[in-house]
Amino acid sequence: MLKAKTILVALTAVTTVAFGVGAAGDSIEMKKKEWQFDGPFGTFDRPAAQRGFQIFREVCSSCHSLKYFKFRNLSGLGYEDDMIKAFAAEYEVVDADPDEYGDEKIRKGEPKDAIPAPFANENAARASNGGAFPPDLSLITKARADGPNYLFSLMTGYVEAPVGTDVPEGMHYNKYFIGHNIAMASPLSDGIVTYEDGTPETLDQYAYDITNFLHYVAEPKLEERHALGLPVMMFLFFMIGVTYLVNRKIWKPVKEGKTLWHHGDD
Amino acid sequence: MAHGPTFEPKNSVLKWTEERLPIFGLIHGSLGPGYPAPRNLNYWWNFGSLAGLCLVIQIITGIILAMHYTPHIDMAFDSVERITRDVNYGWLMRYMHTNGASMFFIAVYIHIFRGMYYGSYKAPREMLWMLGLVIMLLMMATAFMGYVLPWGQMSFWGATVITNFFSAFNDLYAGSGNGDGLGDMVVSLLLGGFSVDNPTLNRFYSLHYLLPFVITGVVILHIWALHIPGSNNPLGIDMKGKQDKIPFHPYYTAKDGFGVFVFLAIFAMVIFYAPDSMGHPDNYIPADPMVTPAHIVPEWYFLPFYTILKSFTIDFIITAKFWGVIAMFASIILLFFLPWLDSSKVRSAQFRPVFRFFFWVLLVDLVVLTWIGAKSADEIIFMDIQAVTIGQVATFWYFFHFFFLLPVLSRVEKTLPLPESIASAVIKDKA
Repeated sequence: MLKAKTILVALTAVTTVAFGVGAAGDSIEMKKKEWQFDGPFGTFDRPAAQRGFQIFREVCSSCHSLKYFKFRNLSGLGYEDDMIKAFAAEYEVVDADPDEYGDEKIRKGEPKDAIPAPFANENAARASNGGAFPPDLSLITKARADGPNYLFSLMTGYVEAPVGTDVPEGMHYNKYFIGHNIAMASPLSDGIVTYEDGTPETLDQYAYDITNFLHYVAEPKLEERHALGLPVMMFLFFMIGVTYLVNRKIWKPVKEGKTLWHHGDD
Repeated sequence: MAHGPTFEPKNSVLKWTEERLPIFGLIHGSLGPGYPAPRNLNYWWNFGSLAGLCLVIQIITGIILAMHYTPHIDMAFDSVERITRDVNYGWLMRYMHTNGASMFFIAVYIHIFRGMYYGSYKAPREMLWMLGLVIMLLMMATAFMGYVLPWGQMSFWGATVITNFFSAFNDLYAGSGNGDGLGDMVVSLLLGGFSVDNPTLNRFYSLHYLLPFVITGVVILHIWALHIPGSNNPLGIDMKGKQDKIPFHPYYTAKDGFGVFVFLAIFAMVIFYAPDSMGHPDNYIPADPMVTPAHIVPEWYFLPFYTILKSFTIDFIITAKFWGVIAMFASIILLFFLPWLDSSKVRSAQFRPVFRFFFWVLLVDLVVLTWIGAKSADEIIFMDIQAVTIGQVATFWYFFHFFFLLPVLSRVEKTLPLPESIASAVIKDKA
């Protein structure tokens, strides 16, 4: 059994190394937050994600789209169907099909729609943002190394540029952005969004809330994944035990040195 | 050689079928009680069946993913997101498939190193070994093309960088210099155009679907070739009498079964708790031909070969780039000649202390090659030493090991005395 243990350790080590190579990341040290969605039993912090959704609507959505996120996905954050319909109806969307005269059909948003993008296309977005293109945020916490911590750090990383640093016209200094010069001005600051639940209206709180929301948008199946993981792991560990015992019992005569092959001339 | 009892079914339906198509006998004799296996196989022998399991998982999840995937540059990324968000258990299929590729390579690489340690490539198993290498090459091609399909930034730029190396074949025939050299022709054949674009995605998708079935075919040949001489074993000596043998079933089916669940548990931990840990974050950004990522890296299982490719920096007769391409292919092709590079009659490293030492050195060398592959060439590793320099030393050692050490070692090494028989060695242990 010692040999088996060695192999198990080796296998785990190889897996860790293999899966670690891809994670080799950038050199800027991010702020580390504790996230409720981390760990094998992690779930979304719903109140925080709901506040994050409010921040997105009131702040982020003026420049950023969220193309993979549909209003119906809000149900995963604990919103009721009628609330989701109400949220959707606040927006006007262009229907996929033209009206009977062949013209563009504008209608109220429905749960099946994505939040309408702030700009018609990339050129329009660049024209309104000094040449910079605000990226779609649907996957932002997965599209950056250590995404949630990165996003939190970026939101709270607008500081005075160190003396002697040249920040180009129209750019802003951020401690955590690659190259430090980011086109986006600090989007969040104390008191910029009014919370109705008495949560402190501070920059750190906002950054925490928007990260919770955007991580839900990036990985909406996280809770389902964690929930399925537990019974699967339990089943597999149970089967490891069963097959181990079966194997040990079957191998007993071999270990005792018995001859078990009874065919042929030899 | 390895013939067990013939399969004689008692059930009349089985008997009727067996007389017309002896398929039950085939299974009986290859994975059942009719296959005599050495009694001393250790757990390193589990990785063959585990690799087979990975192939099955990849094919099943892959076929399901293909039902929902759209191979078009404007829709591929969206369709993958749709699979993870809206298809029932689509996230599970996708994470199984992406991480399954890594698990497959882990199983196969361990399987190969086991063969190298215990001399499983030596006579009479050369054909078995070479078929295994063909499987590995096919896996590499399949994995490379599969990584392009989600059409993220790393998909696009990985494909661009890797295929671009083939333009080095212009060194053989440059043509008029207007894109009609041999390298240009190879590249445009691979890409279906001058750059990575929709035709590239379409042909990669087509081949990514095809190759796993070719792999399955070669796996069948691999198992066929295994059953001619039978399994090697940790002692590396042939089975002689009845006491050396045990029937494959139930002994190794039970042992493989245990291994399967241990392997699946590790696999499941990755799928459920760290599904993106080996992927590159840039691949969650849709491919953009106008924006080059800061740092382009292939998947981890290509990194040793990527380091070898990048280690040639000086033009000498042919361009450095062409040397890199030649070396990269040579690093794999040379393994086909391993049975002749290592001419020692003793198979197992257990009885070759010097060989054993250098086996572990080679393994460390490959870890270094992997580690360096993920770094940019000019990154300072320690003191003033750049990554490329360490990569060059490791590349040198890789070829030195196979082309110099092994041939010399197999002639001069004093091996330890081999045991009489498998049974005498392992049963005496117990007493």
